Amino acid sequence: MPSTRPIPTVDGADRPVLARGVRLSFDAARNRQVLLSPETASVLNATGAAILDLCDGERTVDEILSELRQRYHQVPEDEVRRFLGRLLARRCLVVRSG
Amino acid sequence: MDRPFGLLAELTYACPLHCAYCSNPLNLADYRDELTTQEWLRVLAEARELGVLQLHLSGGEPLQRRDLVDIVRRAAELDMYTNLVTSALGLSTRRAEELRDAGLDHVQISIQADERELSDRVAGTPSFDRKITAARLVKELGWPLTLNAVLHRDTIDRIPGIIDLARELGADRLELANTQYYGWGLLNRDRLLPSRAQLDRAEAAVRAAREQAGDMEIFYIIPDYYSRYPKPCMGGWAHHQLTVAPNGDVLPCPTAQALPLPRASVRERPLEWIWDESPLFQRFRGTDWMPDPCRGCERREIDFGGCRCQAFQLTGDAARTDPVCHLSPDHEIVAAAVRAANDPAQPRELALTPRPHPRSVALGDAAR
Repeated sequence: MPSTRPIPTVDGADRPVLARGVRLSFDAARNRQVLLSPETASVLNATGAAILDLCDGERTVDEILSELRQRYHQVPEDEVRRFLGRLLARRCLVVRSG
Repeated sequence: MDRPFGLLAELTYACPLHCAYCSNPLNLADYRDELTTQEWLRVLAEARELGVLQLHLSGGEPLQRRDLVDIVRRAAELDMYTNLVTSALGLSTRRAEELRDAGLDHVQISIQADERELSDRVAGTPSFDRKITAARLVKELGWPLTLNAVLHRDTIDRIPGIIDLARELGADRLELANTQYYGWGLLNRDRLLPSRAQLDRAEAAVRAAREQAGDMEIFYIIPDYYSRYPKPCMGGWAHHQLTVAPNGDVLPCPTAQALPLPRASVRERPLEWIWDESPLFQRFRGTDWMPDPCRGCERREIDFGGCRCQAFQLTGDAARTDPVCHLSPDHEIVAAAVRAANDPAQPRELALTPRPHPRSVALGDAAR
């Protein structure tokens, strides 16, 4: 009986931040950024790491997207939202709304 | 070959609790020659170099090690995520503050039930009140709190109360984990395995709790005896995780010490050699070792043939399909235990064999 719930949608005005007990770290053994939480370690690609780096509880999702657009040629908004939604569902992120 | 993500550090098998479902080995007295502080600090450095990101500090009761703070501090210096898996006995305010200052990331506290009398009976020692005090302390010090309740025949009907208690304590996560039958748990299995009616009620209670609003995350783990397919034990043998036992034995899973395989010890070899090359770690890695029906099964990369230790404990051969699987030629062993658990004529008054403290058992007779 897995803990499944629908992937939450993120609103442009939400301000995502890493949940308590969750942190980013650099793993020299794999040469990648990793997201660490009580039960899981996720190896991130460069984009994932860049997105989470911007999740400081101050920036809104819209602001994060616009910062990403300045850095990257193409920013697939839906994918970024889905990525954030998945991490919300896994309680790695929480949002401050409004 | 993948690098390991998690290290389960079983610092000691000493424990003030006597839970009859304990998965520690029966021969507890054989583990009294524990690794020294310096040996553990070396193991942590080797583990980090190998790619370990998460350190689960467990036992026994890890707080029984006086050097726990030093171990946590080194792990934090190595930028590992540190998780203390504890009964909470021994988690005084001073000790908790030292652990927080050393960089401990997360605390998981076991609870045996939702009220004092039953909890203390299951634990075999007065402990409930101290656990509640410690859980509040964990929240006060700003840690995320996970509560873990191991369920069995005597406690599985208490799920609604356990959920209420966890909410009241402000737990961030609640693990409701049915007993897995290893070590002392297997010895007491026929007394601990719940009935199907109990499991149905448990699932309904979990579903109802999840539908209520609230931020607490609830994990529910069924007893694999009731599954159609086996659990993907450890995510595959020597695939993501490793365990170091109190005496320095390195294991692909915490219950693998009983298997008739060559030992591997951090006292004799570097961790990297053990992970990459030791016969113990190579033995069931991947799918080449698999017998029928696993070999041709489309789920072989999903459940990896289930649990090697369970196959060994139930059939005497670690290379057989986990008997939990309905396709296993040995499935009748599990089916018979499940039938007995659901047979109203079965006597339930059998006494549980409590897990002793390793210091209280004479060498060699720990098993009975």
